[in-house]
Amino acid sequence: MFKYQFDWTVVTSGQYAEWLLSGIKVTFELSLLSIVLSFFLGLLIAVMRMSHIAPIRWLAHGYLEFFRNTPLLVQIFFWYFGSYKILPKAFNDWLNNTNFEFAAAVIALTIYTSAFIAEDIRSGVRSIPKEQMEAARSSGFSYLRSMQYIILPQAIRLTIPPLINQFLNLTKNSSLAMTIGVMELTYQARQVESYTFKGFEAFTAATLIYVVISLIITGLVTLYSKKILSPMKAH
Amino acid sequence: MIKFQGVHKWFKKLHVLNDVNLHVSPGEVLVICGPSGSGKSTLIRTINKLEPIDKGTLIIDGMDLSDPKTDINKLRAEIGFVFQQFNLYPHLSVLKNITLAPIKIRGLSRKDAEDVAMSLLERVGLADKVHSYPTQLSGGQQQRVAIARALAMKPKIMLFDEPTSALDPEMIGEVLLVMQNLASSGMTMIVVTHEMGFASEVSHRVAFMDYGIILEEAKPDEFFKNPKHDRAKQFLKEILSPMH
Repeated sequence: MFKYQFDWTVVTSGQYAEWLLSGIKVTFELSLLSIVLSFFLGLLIAVMRMSHIAPIRWLAHGYLEFFRNTPLLVQIFFWYFGSYKILPKAFNDWLNNTNFEFAAAVIALTIYTSAFIAEDIRSGVRSIPKEQMEAARSSGFSYLRSMQYIILPQAIRLTIPPLINQFLNLTKNSSLAMTIGVMELTYQARQVESYTFKGFEAFTAATLIYVVISLIITGLVTLYSKKILSPMKAH
Repeated sequence: MIKFQGVHKWFKKLHVLNDVNLHVSPGEVLVICGPSGSGKSTLIRTINKLEPIDKGTLIIDGMDLSDPKTDINKLRAEIGFVFQQFNLYPHLSVLKNITLAPIKIRGLSRKDAEDVAMSLLERVGLADKVHSYPTQLSGGQQQRVAIARALAMKPKIMLFDEPTSALDPEMIGEVLLVMQNLASSGMTMIVVTHEMGFASEVSHRVAFMDYGIILEEAKPDEFFKNPKHDRAKQFLKEILSPMH
C-alpha cells in the first residue's frame, strides 16, 4: 500500500487557494443571480399557471412539464452549444464578447429552477383560503392586483421553506456549470487536483465550502423573510 | 339604488334564486332573513357579483350588472362587503388592512388614507389596535376592523353577510352597535342576519326568504307581529323560542 501524504497547505495558501477563492466568488455570483431571476420567473409562471385564460395556463403548464422533465446538464449544453444557432447574429456577437459560459449557465439554472419554484408558489397560493381573494375582489381589486397585494404576499411566506430547498438545489446544481467551462468552485477544485494530485484535500475543501455557502444562503433567506416581510401570524 | 328584476340563479340543478324582485332605496336598511340554505347569502353576494346571476336583471346604482360594459371593479369599490368570517388580510396590520384599497384604488396619499383609517377606527372603538395584526384581535374586534375597512372606501352601499354569526355571544352587541350607528348615519344597507333584535329596531324593511324565493316583504313591526306566510310564522317561532 502506498502512503498518502496529506498536505492541506495546497488549499489554504498560495496560488491554489486563490483559485479556490475565485471559484467561490463565481459560484456565489452564479447562484445568487440565478436565485433572484428564477424566483421572479417562477412567480410569473405560477401566476400564468393560475390564469383564467386557458391558452396562458396551457403555455405555463407546458413550460413546467418541459423543463422539469429534462436533465439540467442537457439544458446547460443546449444553451451553451445549441442556442447560438437559433439566436440573431448580433446577439451572438454580443454574447461572445461577454462571458458566454456564465450567461448560458445562468439561463439554464434560472429556467430549470423556475419550473420547480412555480409549482411551490402555486401550492402556496392554493393553501390561502379563497375568502381572501373574495375580500380583495369585493374591495374593487382586479384579479392580478388581488394576487399582487393580498394572495402572493401570504403565499410566498408559506412557501419560504420549500423555496429555500430550491435555492439550495440551485446552488449545488451550479457545479454542473463547470462542464461548459465556467470557472466556479468545482471547476477550480478540479484544477487544483490536476495540478497537485491532492484530490482529497481539494474536494474536501470544496465540499466544506459548499456547506458554508448553502448555510449562508439559508441564513440570508431566513433573515429576509423574518425581518423584511412583516410578521404574519397563523390564520 | 338596488333593483332586482326577475333574477334567477342555479347551482347545477339547485334553484338557489327563484324570480327575485327587490328594490332598495338610498338610505334604506333592509334585513334579509330565512332558514339556512334559503338563498339569502347567495342573494347578497350577487349584488357585487361575487355570484353572477343566470337570468333577469340586476341594476346597482344605475349600472346593469349583466352589461359587459359595466366595470365590475369600479362598481365593487362603491360597495362595502362585510363577511361572516371577517376575512381581514392576516399579513397586514390593522392600519394597512384599512388603507390598502383607498391608496391603491382610490389613489389617496398614505397620509390621507391613514387619517381616514384613524377616524374610522375611533368610530368603531379600536383606535388603540391600529398596529395590531388581525389574529391578535378577538372576533368582534376583527369584524369591527372589517367594517372600518369597508367604510374607508366611502361606499354608497354596505352589504353584511351574517356579520355576527361567527362571533361569541358577548361580542355580538359591539358589532351590532357599530352597524346601528352606521344605519342612523343614512347608509344604504342590506343585512343578512338572524339577529331579530337588530331587524326590529334598526331595519326599515324585512325580507323573508326560503327556497330561493322572497316569500314575504314587510315593515319590521308588521313582520314580527303579523307574519303572513306559514314558513315565516314557523321560522319566527323557531328562532324566537328555539326550545319549543
